[in-house]
Amino acid sequence: MTRNQPVPFSHEHHVGGLGLDCRYCHTSVEKARFAGLPPTETCMTCHSQLWTNAEMLAPVRASLARNTPIAWQRVNRLPDYVYFDHSIHVAKGVGCTTCHGPIDQMRLTRQAAPLTMQWCIDCHRSPQKALRPRDAVFDPKWSPPQNQEALGRKLMAEYHVRVDHLTDCSICHR
Amino acid sequence: MIERLAIPICAALLLSACDDVSMTQQNRYRTFTRAALFDNGTEAQPLPDGVVAQGDLRRQSRSVQRPQVNAELLKRGRERYDIYCSPCHGLSGSGDGVVVQRGFPAPPSYHGSRLRAASAQHFFDVITNGHGVMFSYAARVDPSDRWGIVAYIRALQESQRANVADTPELRTRLP
Ligand code: HEC
Ligand code: HEC
Ligand code: HEC
Ligand code: HEC
Ligand code: HEC
Ligand code: HEC
Repeated sequence: MTRNQPVPFSHEHHVGGLGLDCRYCHTSVEKARFAGLPPTETCMTCHSQLWTNAEMLAPVRASLARNTPIAWQRVNRLPDYVYFDHSIHVAKGVGCTTCHGPIDQMRLTRQAAPLTMQWCIDCHRSPQKALRPRDAVFDPKWSPPQNQEALGRKLMAEYHVRVDHLTDCSICHR
Repeated sequence: MIERLAIPICAALLLSACDDVSMTQQNRYRTFTRAALFDNGTEAQPLPDGVVAQGDLRRQSRSVQRPQVNAELLKRGRERYDIYCSPCHGLSGSGDGVVVQRGFPAPPSYHGSRLRAASAQHFFDVITNGHGVMFSYAARVDPSDRWGIVAYIRALQESQRANVADTPELRTRLP
C-alpha cells in the first residue's frame, strides 16, 4: 500500500539509481528511536541546482520559501502502545530491507512487512535468520548467503544478542 | 442531589475524552506528527533563540580540540565521507560524483594544488558553513566526524600522489 505524498518522492531514483546511503536523509537512524524524515533543506542540497523548475518539486520549493515542513504521510505506523527503537536494531545487525523490503526498487514507498506482534516475535525468537555484518545493514542489495544460519549464530555471539528476554511483554509494551 | 450527580457526570466526561479505548491512538504528539496548535503546523518546533541544548558545550569544544588521527578515526571518516560527500565529490575526491554526472555544478578536485595546500581548518569550515552552491552539512555531520572526514580527505590526497619510489616493495607487484 502506498500513500498520496505531497511530492512523489522515489527511493528507486534516489537509492537504486543514484546510490545514496539511507543516512544522507534518515540521519538519526543510528542514534535514536526514529529514523527521521529529511527536512526540506536536505532535498535542497541537490535540488537548489537540479530540476529547479520541475512542477513535481514545486511543493519542496514552497516549503522552503514558507518555512513550513513538507507534510509526509506516514507509511509504517505502529499502534501507540508499542515501543520500537531503530538504533538498537541497526547496531545489532538488522538491516533496513529486512523490515522495509526492497526500498531501492520502490517508486512510491510502501509498507513491506505486516508489523504484527507475531512478526516482531518471530525474529526476536530466532534473530540468526536475519542478522548481517554491520557494514551491510544499509545495503539495499544484501541477501542472505547459503550459510546464513551459521553466520547469524556467529554474529549473535559477536554482537552479544541474547534472546532470553527479547519476548518479554515489557520489551515492546512499556 | 448535586453531590450524587457529580460522580456520574465526571465519569461521563472522562470517558468521552478518550474516544479510542484500544489505546492505538493515544492523545499525544509523536515525532513528526501534525499539530494545528503551532504556527508551523508540526510538533517539531525550532529552539527558541539563545537555548543551549545538553551536550552543546561538549560538541562545541570538539570543534576546537582536534581528535588524534588514528586508524579508527580514518575508518569513521571514510564511512561518513562516503555517505555525505561522495555523491558530489566522488569516492576518490576528484569531483565527479554521481550527482555531478546528473548535472550538479562540479566541485573542484581535492587533488588540485590549491586544496592540497589548504589547511585542515578550511575543510572543517566548509563542512560547517557550506561554500558557494554547496550547503552546510553541520546539521548532519557532528564536529568529531567532521575531523574524521578531514583526516580521510588528507589520506585521499596522499594516495593520489603516492610515489612508487616511496614504497619499493610495490614495484615488484606492478606490471
Ligand atoms: C534522498 C533522501 C532519501 C534517501 C537517500 C532515503 N530516503 Fe527513505 N525517505 C525519504 C523521504 C523524503 C521519505 C518520505 C516519503 C515517503 O514515504 O516515500 C522516506 C520514507 C522512507 C520510509 C517510510 C517511512 C514511513 O513513513 O514509514 C522508509 C521505510 C525509508 N524511507 C527507508 C529508507 C531506506 C532503507 C533507505 C536507504 C536504503 C532510504 N530510505 C534512503 C528520503 C530518503
Ligand atoms: C526491525 C525492523 C526495522 C528495521 C531493521 C528498520 N526499520 Fe524503519 N521502521 C520500522 C517500524 C516498525 C517503523 C514504524 C515505527 C513507528 O510507527 O513507531 C519504522 C519506521 C521507519 C521510518 C519512518 C520514520 C520513523 O522513524 O518512524 C523510516 C524513515 C525508517 N523506518 C527507515 C529505516 C531505515 C533507513 C532503516 C535502516 C537503517 C530501518 N528503518 C530499519 C521497522 C524497522
Ligand atoms: C544527493 C542529491 C539529491 C537529493 C539529496 C535529493 N534529490 Fe531528488 N533527484 C536528484 C537527481 C539527480 C534527480 C534526477 C534523477 C535522475 O536523473 O535519475 C532527482 C529527481 C527527483 C524528482 C523527480 C524525478 C523522480 O521521479 O524521482 C523528485 C520528485 C525528487 N528528486 C524529489 C526529491 C525530494 C523530495 C528530496 C528530499 C527528500 C530529494 N529529491 C533529494 C538528486 C537528489
Ligand atoms: C529481523 C529481526 C527483528 C525484527 C523483525 C524485530 N526485531 Fe526487535 N530486536 C531484534 C534484535 C536482534 C534486537 C537486539 C537484541 C539485543 O540487544 O540483544 C532487538 C531489540 C529490540 C528492542 C530493544 C530490546 C531491549 O533490550 O531493550 C525493542 C524494544 C524491539 N526490538 C522491538 C521490536 C518491535 C516492536 C518489533 C516489531 C515491530 C521488532 N522489534 C522487530 C531483532 C528484530
Ligand atoms: C517484540 C515485540 C513485542 C513483544 C515482546 C510483545 N508484543 Fe504485544 N504487540 C506487539 C505489536 C507490534 C503489537 C501490535 C500488533 C498489531 O497492530 O497487529 C502488539 C499488540 C498487542 C496487543 C493488542 C492486540 C490486539 O489485537 O489489539 C496485546 C494485548 C499485546 N500485544 C500483549 C502482549 C503480551 C501479553 C506480551 C507478552 C507475552 C506481548 N504483547 C509481547 C509487539 C510485541
Ligand atoms: C550536493 C553536492 C555536494 C556534496 C554532497 C558535498 N559538496 Fe563539497 N562542494 C560542492 C560544490 C558544487 C563545490 C564548489 C562550490 C563553489 O565553489 O560554489 C564544493 C566545494 C567543496 C570544497 C572546496 C571549497 C573551496 O575552497 O573551493 C570542499 C573542501 C568541500 N566541498 C568539501 C565537502 C565535504 C567534506 C563534503 C561532505 C561532508 C561535501 N563537500 C559534500 C558540492 C558538494
